[in-house]
Amino acid sequence: MAQNEDDDYEYRIKEGDHIVLKRGDVYKAVQIQRKKKVIFEKQWILLDNVVGHLYSTTFEIASGGTLQPKEDKETESSTDVKVAGTDNRNIVDDGKSQKLTRDDIETMKEQGLKNEEIIQQLIDNSSTFNNKTEYAQDKYIKKKKKKYENTVTVLKPTCRIIAMMYHGREPGKICHLRYDTLAQMLTLGNIHAGSKVLVFETCAGLVLGAVMERMGGYGSVIQMYPGGGPVRAGVECFGFPAHFHDMLHEFPICHVNALLAGTLDTGAKDPTAEEKHLNAAAEQEQIQPEAERQEGSPADERMETNTGGDAGQDREKLEREKRQEAKAQERKVKLEEKRRKLAAAAALLEGRNADGLVIASQFHPCSVLLGLIKFLSPSRPFVVFSQFKETLIECYTKLKEQGGTVNLMLTDTWLRHYQVLPDRTHPLLLMSGGGGYLLSGMTVATDHSEPPAEEPAPKRQKVKDSEG
Amino acid sequence: MSFIEYSNLIQDGDVAIVHLGHNSVTAVKVQHGAQTQTRFGVIRHSTDLIGQRYGSKVTCSKGGWVHVLHPTPELWTVALPHRTQILYTTDIAMVTMMLELKPGSVVCESGTGSGSLSHAILRTIAPTGHLHTVEFHQQRAEKVVEEFKEHRVDHLVTVRNQDVCKDGFGVTGVADAVFLDIPSPWEAVGHAKAAMKKHGGRLCSFSPCIEQVQRTCQALTERGFEEVRTLEVLLRVHNVRPVTLQLPDFGPDSFSSSSQATEEAPPSAALNPASLKIKTTTPPREMPGHTGYLTFATKPRT
Repeated sequence: MAQNEDDDYEYRIKEGDHIVLKRGDVYKAVQIQRKKKVIFEKQWILLDNVVGHLYSTTFEIASGGTLQPKEDKETESSTDVKVAGTDNRNIVDDGKSQKLTRDDIETMKEQGLKNEEIIQQLIDNSSTFNNKTEYAQDKYIKKKKKKYENTVTVLKPTCRIIAMMYHGREPGKICHLRYDTLAQMLTLGNIHAGSKVLVFETCAGLVLGAVMERMGGYGSVIQMYPGGGPVRAGVECFGFPAHFHDMLHEFPICHVNALLAGTLDTGAKDPTAEEKHLNAAAEQEQIQPEAERQEGSPADERMETNTGGDAGQDREKLEREKRQEAKAQERKVKLEEKRRKLAAAAALLEGRNADGLVIASQFHPCSVLLGLIKFLSPSRPFVVFSQFKETLIECYTKLKEQGGTVNLMLTDTWLRHYQVLPDRTHPLLLMSGGGGYLLSGMTVATDHSEPPAEEPAPKRQKVKDSEG
Repeated sequence: MSFIEYSNLIQDGDVAIVHLGHNSVTAVKVQHGAQTQTRFGVIRHSTDLIGQRYGSKVTCSKGGWVHVLHPTPELWTVALPHRTQILYTTDIAMVTMMLELKPGSVVCESGTGSGSLSHAILRTIAPTGHLHTVEFHQQRAEKVVEEFKEHRVDHLVTVRNQDVCKDGFGVTGVADAVFLDIPSPWEAVGHAKAAMKKHGGRLCSFSPCIEQVQRTCQALTERGFEEVRTLEVLLRVHNVRPVTLQLPDFGPDSFSSSSQATEEAPPSAALNPASLKIKTTTPPREMPGHTGYLTFATKPRT
């Protein structure tokens, strides 16, 4: 038994795990916390019961929101003699074919009827069902199954799943980066274990997480970030093991110029600015447990010393001073930690020998690219994503002007899904309109004596003849 | 140098990629005393390559110059000698993500073909994963074994010269992912399932013809695979070009108000009022319209 447990251990759901809930093509990333209700597809559910089960198990949502593992595998609809029509010439869509009302169905749901039973009722009470063709019946049943589905599958997060989730749920948060475009970025950037990769993104951490997954904890990733602090919400969804965070560094872009100029001092920095930063950060971050305890006890003490006179007041003053000191000490420690991290990231960067650069943000990519490409070794790939082609045209032009890159390519990918069924295979009716654009290339040794690469001469459009 | 790890200096025995310009590349086996002919002249390995930094500019005998690049699977895909039709980077990227490949993954692949996808897989699963690749053509199998060795990735791959439809992948219960690029993938679905871990895994089948896709999807569903999805992905390239467009001459302006005259003319066109220069992209004359359909599926726990 113990052997089996070990074998399955990494496939078992544990409390605190980051998981992805799935129904059909809808995904949602959540963290398992006991007694915490999460909403998924308009239903409130409790995740407590999934702990201990294996990943990829499908659960039924019982009343009250608790989950029960689903017993049967999907049974095919009964294969008894199907009564079916040949075409729809006589089927009139007057909205009256279904005899059951909304209320009837609600009653059935409340009675706890299973989905299969509800669907069977719908079929039995449909005046047109038997006139539909077999294919139409198939389609009808599939549609009802989807509508009355009451299940949810618990998945282990992977880049594929999280990228599809973000693209389906919150594309705005990821600059409308479609998952196939992300796939291209990871491959064109040659992201692999053991390299040193720079990432600048405002995609909620999705791109960063994807890069980290492909590096498997080996090598290092430096997140260049704008503003006060790096955004990493998306990274949490991946549920990486703790040691992956050891390879993750961050560096604020406001210090890039100083670093490039060699004037960045990671020793005693401007204390007031750092303090402000830290205080602001401390407001938002969760208070340390020690601090909480500290906060807790003086309040209690204060209540107790209500009746004391001067002695009580003195004690109060002492307590306050102690608290202030503790807080100042805390801030000092945090400041030191921040400084240490900055120095570590700077050390990784100043050699200007990074192996890859990935950019995906709402910032104008041109300046970002020209600034960060200086950190790459020669003969290393870089990839820039933009929702808008024009910005990448500018990047391309500037790179050609300054030299130092080859293999520049401005591309986007066209993605189409298919329905594959016997005699009913065709592309799906709706497809994604666009997934963003990519500019990719390779750095080469910068040679200042060499003239910039020639651009093809601007073509003069002739008025008379037309292009072939 | 290896295809799974960067290095800085070119050494004897490396496989380097020479970039000739305009996205034209060629692979070069670096050897003391050897020479490589290019249209810009001769590259002498001992003086021009060995000891130089990857990314350096190399001036060839005729005076023209090229750049020498560190190999990557993507460059290899474009440079490799084709023994079969190969998978290109666009499809490879999609396959890599949809099969959830990452360091440590164990992958089964058939047919190996020219090794284009194989190199990309190896790069992604290194340093702790393994690739089991099956190729039924003996010479191709031998050639690819040679290349894996030259590219310093042989410790991560096992090549088997057999027919996957009859004999399977040569391993059972170990794979996180299986990739099929063979004429009759439906005949290998059973073997694919057997090769995969009991906990489950991902599968991909690549087929140019829709009939193959239909048969494969049916076989996958019959064998208990779930989440069967077929898609295709195509690359669109945008060629950045400055374009000069003529402005029409409608004759002298009958209104002749100064504002109108200066209205539309940007400063640069003031000297040459007859045209406008814009920076835009043009599509290539032709583009690949189809490579193959990618069918993905998930093997549940068995």
